[in-house]
Amino acid sequence: MKLEELRFGTELLKRGFASMQKGGVIMDVVNAKQAAIAEEAGAVAVMALERVPADIRKAGGVARMADPAIIVEIMDAVSIPVMGKVRIGHIVEAQVLESLGVDMIDESEVLTPADEQFHIDKTSFKVPFVCGARDLGEALRRIHEGAAMIRTKGEAGTGNVVEAVRHMRNIMGEIRALQGKSPQEIVARARELEAPSELLLETVKMGRLPVVNFSAGGIATPSDAALMMQMGADGVFVGSGIFHSGDPERMARAIVEAVNHFDDPRVIAEVSKGLGQAMKGIDVHTLREDEVLQYRGR
Amino acid sequence: MGVRLGVLALQGDVSEHIRGFRAALGQVGEEGDLVIPVRHPDDLTGLSALAIPGGESTTISRLIQKNGLYEPLLQFKGGIFGTCAGMVLMASRVDDPRVRTLGLLDITVKRNAFGRQKESFEADISVTGLDSPYHAYFIRAPVATRAGDRVEVLARIDAGIVAVRKGPHMALAFHPELGTDLRLQRMFLERIGIQKPG
Repeated sequence: MKLEELRFGTELLKRGFASMQKGGVIMDVVNAKQAAIAEEAGAVAVMALERVPADIRKAGGVARMADPAIIVEIMDAVSIPVMGKVRIGHIVEAQVLESLGVDMIDESEVLTPADEQFHIDKTSFKVPFVCGARDLGEALRRIHEGAAMIRTKGEAGTGNVVEAVRHMRNIMGEIRALQGKSPQEIVARARELEAPSELLLETVKMGRLPVVNFSAGGIATPSDAALMMQMGADGVFVGSGIFHSGDPERMARAIVEAVNHFDDPRVIAEVSKGLGQAMKGIDVHTLREDEVLQYRGR
Repeated sequence: MGVRLGVLALQGDVSEHIRGFRAALGQVGEEGDLVIPVRHPDDLTGLSALAIPGGESTTISRLIQKNGLYEPLLQFKGGIFGTCAGMVLMASRVDDPRVRTLGLLDITVKRNAFGRQKESFEADISVTGLDSPYHAYFIRAPVATRAGDRVEVLARIDAGIVAVRKGPHMALAFHPELGTDLRLQRMFLERIGIQKPG
């Protein structure tokens, strides 16, 4: 039969793509070899980067979209979806990644923001976007701009889960606190959160964000990943935690299994045995304010 | 006791399938709360049918084996309803050696047959047994490039076969669970004897 009318890049297709990632682990990779390891370990997607966040921290300077050659190399190496990061507000970097054919764009605070006032209008793209958030207001503003997926910002490149926990609790706790409130009270709260009231009403009614909600920013061990799942994450992003560990292949497999069995401590114990060195990590409280990535974009 | 349905809950859009089946059961007057997530072999006991959701087929395939579900799924007596990755897993052959398929349907499947996410699309297609077009969501979808003689092809588009049925099993390259049209869930349930009384 002839397909009369094909529609591409609709809101449902973008959110639907994100739904297919649920229960999965998305891993940061910097070359084809790492991408193949991630795919073999059971990653649902990879994030193609020039440097993982821990190395972006070390390098300093302005962090930008990766070299398209690296992204293409990774896209050619795996059959799972490939994502890429662009600077907050950098419409052209997003256009470039869309033209390369990446499956999802992360408008990310890990890179140096290009616009300190506005995020990208994501509704004007066919490719779905994921954006970071520290609290419910931020999450709903991003969804209103067209994000098909939210992730906690956490504090990337630290190997310290404390900020991801804080942000997940901010989001889920606020939703729980609003259960049973009247529509008027919810609208009043929406004003305080600087969030569109219809989106907040929908969120409270659903008892969760209306898009897929992953956790990111500091997850370094199978237990960290399971912790975020127990707190209500739909899946996790693991950045530096895998390829900065002693045995990336085992760490990758172990985190995939820990996410799958997040409520079964026996499995988590088993996969955690003899995993070797997790990434060294940073105490978030020792960072200077200008080193804290989560303050970028709001 | 009413019917019990399961959704394979290893990875993918599990909650959407649970919601879809609950709504479909509600339409035929069955209790919708008997749709359960399946993660361990024991969970399959007493189920009339199982959905294998959309997701990443490489990941789900790996987790099926890790969780000791491969043999139990082959032995499963009920109907299986697979969408997208589920269709890939039900096939007899696939173009990717990383995916160990269940071989429940004699079809050859090509993963990501349309390309990357930017090629994902929605369109009205005609499906055998439905009296009006069905609005289907194809997300990095597979197609079947071949179906055996005993497999009934329910829908075909230019790129290949996108809906098939054999006995109690049904496999779709698209995602009825993302929409509100429950006709395909109803068609599946009818084949396993769950329909409106009278």
